Amino acid sequence: MDKVLTHQAFINQLSDGMTIGIGGWGARRKPMSLIRAICQSDLTDLTLVSYGGPDVGLLCAHQKVKKLIFGFVSLDMIPLDAHFRKARQNAEIEVMELDEGMVQWGLRAAAMNLSFLPTRIGQGTDVLKHNPEIKFITSPYSDQEKFVAMPALHLDIALLHVNKSDQKGNTQIFGPDPFFDEMFARAATKTFVSSEEVVPTKDLGGKEGAIFNRFERSLVSGVVHAPCGAHPTSCAPNYGFDLEHLKAYSAAAKSFDEYSNKFLTGTPAQYIEAVGGAAAINKIPLPQF
Amino acid sequence: MTDRTSLAEICISASSKAWKGDGEILATGIGLIPRIAAGLAKLTCNTDLMMTDGETFLISKPVPMGARDASEDLIEGYMSYSRVFKNLWAGQRHAMVTPTQIDSFGQTNISSIGDYDQPKVQLLGVRGFPGNFISHKNSIFIPNHSVKTFVKGEVDMVSGMGYKNDHSRTGMPDIKLVVTNLGVFDFNGPNHQLQLLSLHPGVSIDDVLINTGFEIAVQSEDETRAPSAEELKCIREVLDPSNIRNTIFGE
Repeated sequence: MDKVLTHQAFINQLSDGMTIGIGGWGARRKPMSLIRAICQSDLTDLTLVSYGGPDVGLLCAHQKVKKLIFGFVSLDMIPLDAHFRKARQNAEIEVMELDEGMVQWGLRAAAMNLSFLPTRIGQGTDVLKHNPEIKFITSPYSDQEKFVAMPALHLDIALLHVNKSDQKGNTQIFGPDPFFDEMFARAATKTFVSSEEVVPTKDLGGKEGAIFNRFERSLVSGVVHAPCGAHPTSCAPNYGFDLEHLKAYSAAAKSFDEYSNKFLTGTPAQYIEAVGGAAAINKIPLPQF
Repeated sequence: MTDRTSLAEICISASSKAWKGDGEILATGIGLIPRIAAGLAKLTCNTDLMMTDGETFLISKPVPMGARDASEDLIEGYMSYSRVFKNLWAGQRHAMVTPTQIDSFGQTNISSIGDYDQPKVQLLGVRGFPGNFISHKNSIFIPNHSVKTFVKGEVDMVSGMGYKNDHSRTGMPDIKLVVTNLGVFDFNGPNHQLQLLSLHPGVSIDDVLINTGFEIAVQSEDETRAPSAEELKCIREVLDPSNIRNTIFGE
């Protein structure tokens, strides 16, 4: 079994109009090399589900996004993403704006093959006003409480970035917080991971390594070898987020061509060189809050 | 460092009281003043509080502002985002947050300003506000008390629920304390009306009324209590030794 594929072979698995869930959180462990590959492709009309960071912004800047299902878009140290803001303020994208927990609940419902999961969240807020497709359900038990029925968020594709993988898709995430990557994988028909390292199974670290295996390999359809593939987002414990690059990325909302020509027209290897090289990226300290 | 107590320090001291009496729950202060205030609460009025290092680990001592040697952190537990949601949905947290807008109902907005379909200003998105405000106690810090933050009518995109309707069968918010650059407030006036509890030094009642887009109740026009010597020592020597706090009001 060999699930390893190139960025181009990965792109060939996608098609226009797909719903794509993106793992990570804000400026943390985003599968950016896969996102850049989508930006370079002819793909269009995508629906994204994301705890958004520069993944969302970059795809917005390339006019790849038809609809965004989200709770926030933020670059952490830089609170707002300039490209996402521009897309919203120019009314270029549709949105389904949800509470962060509702996003999780929608993914979980899809993962459990349920059409919805009940929650109180959303009551008393404009999330329900702006998403009239979200219905309610009354408890059949004595409490008779009226709950929000958060619909399942089914994904065609999930994209995740991991620290280590073997050829079979046994992945490991070493960062202390795995975020909701597992739920994205379980909610998706197919999951593609980019990985800092691709190693033989015997080099996954045995029992100690297996603790960092956050979901089983049957969920993984493809593995793309992408050293520094999360840049400019962080990939703990390997490297922190590249604040200087995120500033340049943000400034590019005014003149995107210059940024794009400099960083986004080449291969993944050329991108890494253009932003300073793997050695420099791996020295970026993890952020302190 | 000057001995004069700064407005930031007055706000931190007042905000820290939000967690008094909460017992063993997770305190989350988001932003400069709320974060230092949560740390101050843990060092003074509620030593049982749980608190994170700003990322994934629970720590025994609040982490100071600014650069630090993280290997010195005394880590006592784990608090991934997944666990934070489990904790907060059970009401085991009290957060202090800074919405962009708040209205007379206590409804808050961090999502967007203007027409929703084409916002004048796109902000973060609702983030966890809908879940937070229906699930657990929240307090609010507003550094720029004005009619643009305390808005007339309703906020543009209700992100955190308020006391607008009778949500008694579906969950109610519990807004404990509202601290601004002008004074200290809560929502315990008649019918959950915003009410003034104290004015910061040099602030008049008129300053508050002119800068609030709706009618408020006045419980007291007393001056906000100055931070104690112990509180100032904690703030200045332990929680914010590099004096980042005073950037918030340009002091």
